[in-house]
Amino acid sequence: MAGLVAGVDVGGTFTDLVIFDPATGAVKLAKVPTSLPNQSHGVLAAFEAKGADLSSLDLIVHGTTTTTNAVLERALCRTGLITTMGFRDVLELGRRTRPNAYGMTGRFTPVIPRDLRLEVPERLDARGNVLVALDEEAVRKASLQLLEKGCESLVIHFLHAYANSAHERRAAQIAAEVWPNPYVTMGHALLSESREYERGVTAAVNASVQPLLERYVLRLADQLAARGYQHDLLVMNGNGGMVSARTVSKEAVKTVMSGPASGVMAAVATGRRAGMLDLLTYDMGGTSTDVAMIRQGRAPVSNEIEVEYAMPIHVPMVDVRTVGAGGGSIARVDAGGLLRVGPESAGSTPGPICYGRGGHRVTISDANILLGRLPVSRFGQAVDAARVAMADQIGTPLGLTVEQAAEAVVRIANTHMAGAIRMVSISMGADPRDFALFAFGGAGPLHAVALARELAVPRVLVPARPGITNALGCVVADLRHDFVRTLNRPLDSVETGSVHAVFAAQEAEGRRLIAAENIALTTVRAEFSADMQFVGQTHLLRVPLPNAAPTRDDMQRLFEAAYHARFRVDLPTIRANLVNLNCSVIGERPEMDLSALIDPSGRQPKAVPQGTRPVWFGKWVETPIYWRDHLPLNLQLPGPAIIEQMDTTVVVEPGCLVTSDADGNLIIEVGHA
Amino acid sequence: MLDPVTLAVIQAGLQQVCDEMDLTFSRAAFSPVIAEADDRSDGIYSADDGSLIAQGSRGLPVFVGVMQFSTRTILERIRTGQTAAPDPGDIYIVNDPYLGGTHLMDVRFAMPVWRNGAIFCWLSNTGHWPDTGGAVPGGFSASAISAEQEGLRLPPVKLFKRGVLDTEIWSIIRSNIRVSEQRIGDVKAQASALLVGAERLTALVDRYGDAAVTACIRAMRSLAARQMRAMIALVPDGTYRAKAFVDSDGVVNRPLEIALSVSKHGDDLTFDFSNSSPPCMGPMNSVRATTLSSVYLAMRHIFPDVPMSAGAFEPLHVTGIEGTFLDAQYPRPVSGCAAEVSQRIAEAVFAAMVQALPDRVTAAPAGTSGNFGLGGHDPVRGSDYVMYQISGGGYGGNSDHDGLSNGCSTIGISKAPPVEIMEQNFPVLYRRYALHEGSGGAGQHRGGFGLDYEIELLRGEARASFVMDHGRTGPLGAQGGKDGAVNRVEVIRNGTVFVPPHLSKAQDIVLTAGDRVRVRTPGGGGYGLPENRDPDLIAEDVRLGRYTAEEARALWNWQG
Repeated sequence: MAGLVAGVDVGGTFTDLVIFDPATGAVKLAKVPTSLPNQSHGVLAAFEAKGADLSSLDLIVHGTTTTTNAVLERALCRTGLITTMGFRDVLELGRRTRPNAYGMTGRFTPVIPRDLRLEVPERLDARGNVLVALDEEAVRKASLQLLEKGCESLVIHFLHAYANSAHERRAAQIAAEVWPNPYVTMGHALLSESREYERGVTAAVNASVQPLLERYVLRLADQLAARGYQHDLLVMNGNGGMVSARTVSKEAVKTVMSGPASGVMAAVATGRRAGMLDLLTYDMGGTSTDVAMIRQGRAPVSNEIEVEYAMPIHVPMVDVRTVGAGGGSIARVDAGGLLRVGPESAGSTPGPICYGRGGHRVTISDANILLGRLPVSRFGQAVDAARVAMADQIGTPLGLTVEQAAEAVVRIANTHMAGAIRMVSISMGADPRDFALFAFGGAGPLHAVALARELAVPRVLVPARPGITNALGCVVADLRHDFVRTLNRPLDSVETGSVHAVFAAQEAEGRRLIAAENIALTTVRAEFSADMQFVGQTHLLRVPLPNAAPTRDDMQRLFEAAYHARFRVDLPTIRANLVNLNCSVIGERPEMDLSALIDPSGRQPKAVPQGTRPVWFGKWVETPIYWRDHLPLNLQLPGPAIIEQMDTTVVVEPGCLVTSDADGNLIIEVGHA
Repeated sequence: MLDPVTLAVIQAGLQQVCDEMDLTFSRAAFSPVIAEADDRSDGIYSADDGSLIAQGSRGLPVFVGVMQFSTRTILERIRTGQTAAPDPGDIYIVNDPYLGGTHLMDVRFAMPVWRNGAIFCWLSNTGHWPDTGGAVPGGFSASAISAEQEGLRLPPVKLFKRGVLDTEIWSIIRSNIRVSEQRIGDVKAQASALLVGAERLTALVDRYGDAAVTACIRAMRSLAARQMRAMIALVPDGTYRAKAFVDSDGVVNRPLEIALSVSKHGDDLTFDFSNSSPPCMGPMNSVRATTLSSVYLAMRHIFPDVPMSAGAFEPLHVTGIEGTFLDAQYPRPVSGCAAEVSQRIAEAVFAAMVQALPDRVTAAPAGTSGNFGLGGHDPVRGSDYVMYQISGGGYGGNSDHDGLSNGCSTIGISKAPPVEIMEQNFPVLYRRYALHEGSGGAGQHRGGFGLDYEIELLRGEARASFVMDHGRTGPLGAQGGKDGAVNRVEVIRNGTVFVPPHLSKAQDIVLTAGDRVRVRTPGGGGYGLPENRDPDLIAEDVRLGRYTAEEARALWNWQG
């Protein structure tokens, strides 16, 4: 493993590049504006900005928002559906919901419009028995009709195909005879579970982003090759693993929401090196905040994520929750006289008032700058306007001074973000005192200490480069394949041998796929879990299993313990149900040396402030300002302090103590004053 | 003196306590009605008078404010000695509709939270149990004429004493309900939600202090009242009248009328229901608590930003319900009050308020839970089953856009069960699951579309029951828009089509293998004059087969 490894991540505003030299630990970083709609210009520009010699790179891992953006903006390829007679409207009817509990309004646009959804005679029952044979001629006609209507991709989605896929496979064969490209997705192929809406939407999203993703990654791979890169381009998936650009578009839907997953993977890797395996990740950006809970160095993965209203994408994804609070979130006093922050956002245009780009409503960033927490030199083009607005919009209605009003805005925002973190941690039975808060994103380190206080989390970890965490995630991520097999039977009627056989088959398939990728790995390991419930319940509890050969007693015992930990309820008289068997096969890549993310040559022997400025901690306190890259590794810095760096600002409140580890991560012990 | 920041922080904290109770209850519950359909709610109530302090944001909307009535009843009965006073760890159970409830299936738990030997506040939750006894499985007897036929009625009694389940009371309950084996799981889930709430609330009070939290609760109440009044100020002075009709009570085939006049005076609104129909013989009566909650819920749909607290209800006055079917007394049957009558009350409120606030209120939504029950014996599995198909319908158009299709009932928030899951669990086959074409009410912004499904019984014999509404008249259009399509039920037996005499309600219709049931649920009401609709949108609807060209010509005078 001699060559360099590059991670390149496309975000909403910036494209970030990090290049590692595993031999020396040397690091190169680049940040360039994201190019839209074609993200590859920005990617290539990032390499050019560093004058990188692509022929010296052994591996490029890429995180792209191509599919995420296409889904959220419904900028999808024209896609047709062939489905069971009587069921073409499933994709439009959804699960009978509305966007909000209160307010009888809402809009919904199905992924595939009604005139491109065609029905053919065929029908299976719930056990997979054929009730109506597949009308092959009808499939042929429907395929031609959809081609005539200009469809580029095709979905074949039949009722109960999870129980018997023969009709879907045969229909796909027939369609392939006339379809001019390989963009044909079968419903059962991505997820073989019951629930026709979720399975159908997952397949429809896959088909309708497939051509986009394939064109994008293949073109990018060609461009990289033309510049001398000689290896496979790898692409990040939403499960926190990566796959080859050659095959990624076959299951294109798995790349949706891969950005937040990369951030969590970076947190896992950073935490592991820092000896912190239990982390609450907290990524605060301009419009929203993403949170996740990492336990024992493992990222949480869920198969049941709804990426927006009525858009369930049921493939394994890192379980990241989003709340509408970011630097641009708008603060206001409501009709009852109560202060509210978000979810409305000023976004990046016009943005906060202080940016001086025409924003006129008070935001969280305005509050931070008025409190001295953000440097006026970088963000304060219009501080005076922000002060006037803070007084008019918040201070006067509430009878507060400008500082008190700004402090109130920050506190309310913190309360909401703390609530989101509680919902992924405390409410799942975890004790926040066992965790560290991993703060990243441009605004995370600004609020992290206050949030940790609110949550009783004892320490905050601010990684070396909080603003390029996703690109770092690309570099450190593993290869990963997830498998789910549905049994849905009472545990005491399940043959232990069949459980072991399922796990063995899943593991073998995962190892085969990983071997085919031809990437340097230190080890390949498999993780096993079971989704269980008591007979009669509908919700599932995921129970990690120690190995691929658990006994029934093991599963019963582990399930009961997990259930008690979550709900504090014992139900000894009710039987357990075994619903899904899950296996994740993970190819671990060699650990990256992260110690040079901050250039060691810039470190000074002692922490010397660059200056001071007044910062509001309940009152104005003249606070020392440090430059992150100059701080020594044997740091012992008491709060209050402000630590600035290119990509973020860290606020250290009075009563806290900041130390540093060997990688230059800041560890802030939160004084509970 | 409480600063506004601490106030907002504590308020968010109390809200989160409720949200965590909701989450715990759903995730731990067995009954799919609670676990999947979220037919439950959790809240915090005042120790003085049981008034609502905070309520979970994912609770079923029909329960807005309801539990303050049952908590108030418990407090009064304790004061008068009719119910034993609480010790720490006690949890009361109650489901009596006439003591501040809804129907018998909504079972409430209530538990005091103690601080220093005194009651600080109460926590209460409601869960819809799948059965509480009575004439038919599930409790929705469309032809019941007294409360006893609807199930077991519990006055407030302690189900848990000092933290321990009273097995004697539980054994009485268990002996009176169907499919009782798993109910202990639901009982523990319901109690667990309260215990989690007490733990979180205690941590919050420990952190901010008893005095601060008490002051915050008081301030929240007056803030919510002020906020509701600020919203009411948007309503032009005047009186707004509307009528809504329940198809029939299930027993006597005659419509029931809700006659509403809303008057604004000062910052208050009065909802006068006098001249509504008298109490009915069948189960379409409402009780006082449900009627009030239905008004609250409709207003919350109109002003979703006003926090749920007793203060928000202070400016809303409900009068004239005495002597009508909206304030039924024992032993009138009431099983339809929560699912159907509540939605007709909300519809009347929408229809009156849309005249006053045309930009904020929609035309009427489908407004029925569309309950189709099928009970029978599956000869292949050798077991009995009870299946429910609860359906959505179209929402009303509004000043900005067309109504949503297949939305959940006005009072619900649950997801529909997938067809594949229904076919796994019951001996039925769906022949169709489609848009109810042509059902959206015409208008500038048309109503959303209802659902059109057809189910075939595969084997054995079964009995079908229907508790639906809007079979006689469709959901009301607004501002010149037309009504949405009516709800239609057809039973196809041996090739002949049977339409129930009450149209939307029927009980114990015998089906044998091969018989089919087809239901088309209502479309939403249209909003604004049809002639103001963009012709391109009409053409688009025709192109997508949502209306036939003939329908478009008739409804919109379409020239295409």
